[in-house]
Amino acid sequence: MPSFEVRLPTVVRQHAGNAVTVTGDGDTVGELFADLVRQYPGLRNYLISDDGTLHRFVNVYVNDEDIRYLGQLDTAVVAGDDVSILPAVAGG
Amino acid sequence: MLLLPRRAYLQMVADCLGGVPDEACGLLAGPVSADGRPSGGVDAVYPCRNADASARTYTIDSKDQLRAMREAAKLDLDVVGVYHSHTHTDAYPSATDVRQAVDPNWWYVIVGLRHGDPEVRAYHIVDQVIHEVPVVLTDA
Repeated sequence: MPSFEVRLPTVVRQHAGNAVTVTGDGDTVGELFADLVRQYPGLRNYLISDDGTLHRFVNVYVNDEDIRYLGQLDTAVVAGDDVSILPAVAGG
Repeated sequence: MLLLPRRAYLQMVADCLGGVPDEACGLLAGPVSADGRPSGGVDAVYPCRNADASARTYTIDSKDQLRAMREAAKLDLDVVGVYHSHTHTDAYPSATDVRQAVDPNWWYVIVGLRHGDPEVRAYHIVDQVIHEVPVVLTDA
């Protein structure tokens, strides 16, 4: 199973032992996130909504593609892919 | 306080003026300490497209955000704030700004264009409460 290093947005670092980057394994984004949540349970509420889908205030990219337009959390990842977590930023 | 280099200030204001009549928006990057809190001021400004293309709301285009985050990371910086313009209202956070604030440590900079000269003000938004932060321009 490939391993990925993911840089965390600043707001969630305190929930991951102040780590700037975290490393997890998975064949899909969902598996990778499950592995990250296993290591850092505090990440769960930030990444995953109550119904098990990607939290609506988070955008996730695999390389240059938004996973909402791919396979959501089922999006496959392979070694060398760049997985990025972005807080959704909006206002009025 | 928010330490803002003059070039960053000018880049931000120019982007906001160029975005009229729509709201303009972008991300601010700077150094952070281990717990993710800003440890300095703003070192880089990344104008982003307003995905809403609206005079009333903004959403940072996520592809532009990805590019900004990657460029900031190369400089060992993180996103520490966001700016956007208010074209018809004062430089004060709207109810939408407060509701959608994502990080209590971020600076929320608003460029007010309602009056003649742009008015640049900065805030922290913590638990839905607005705290104004003085903006200090630097020559760095």
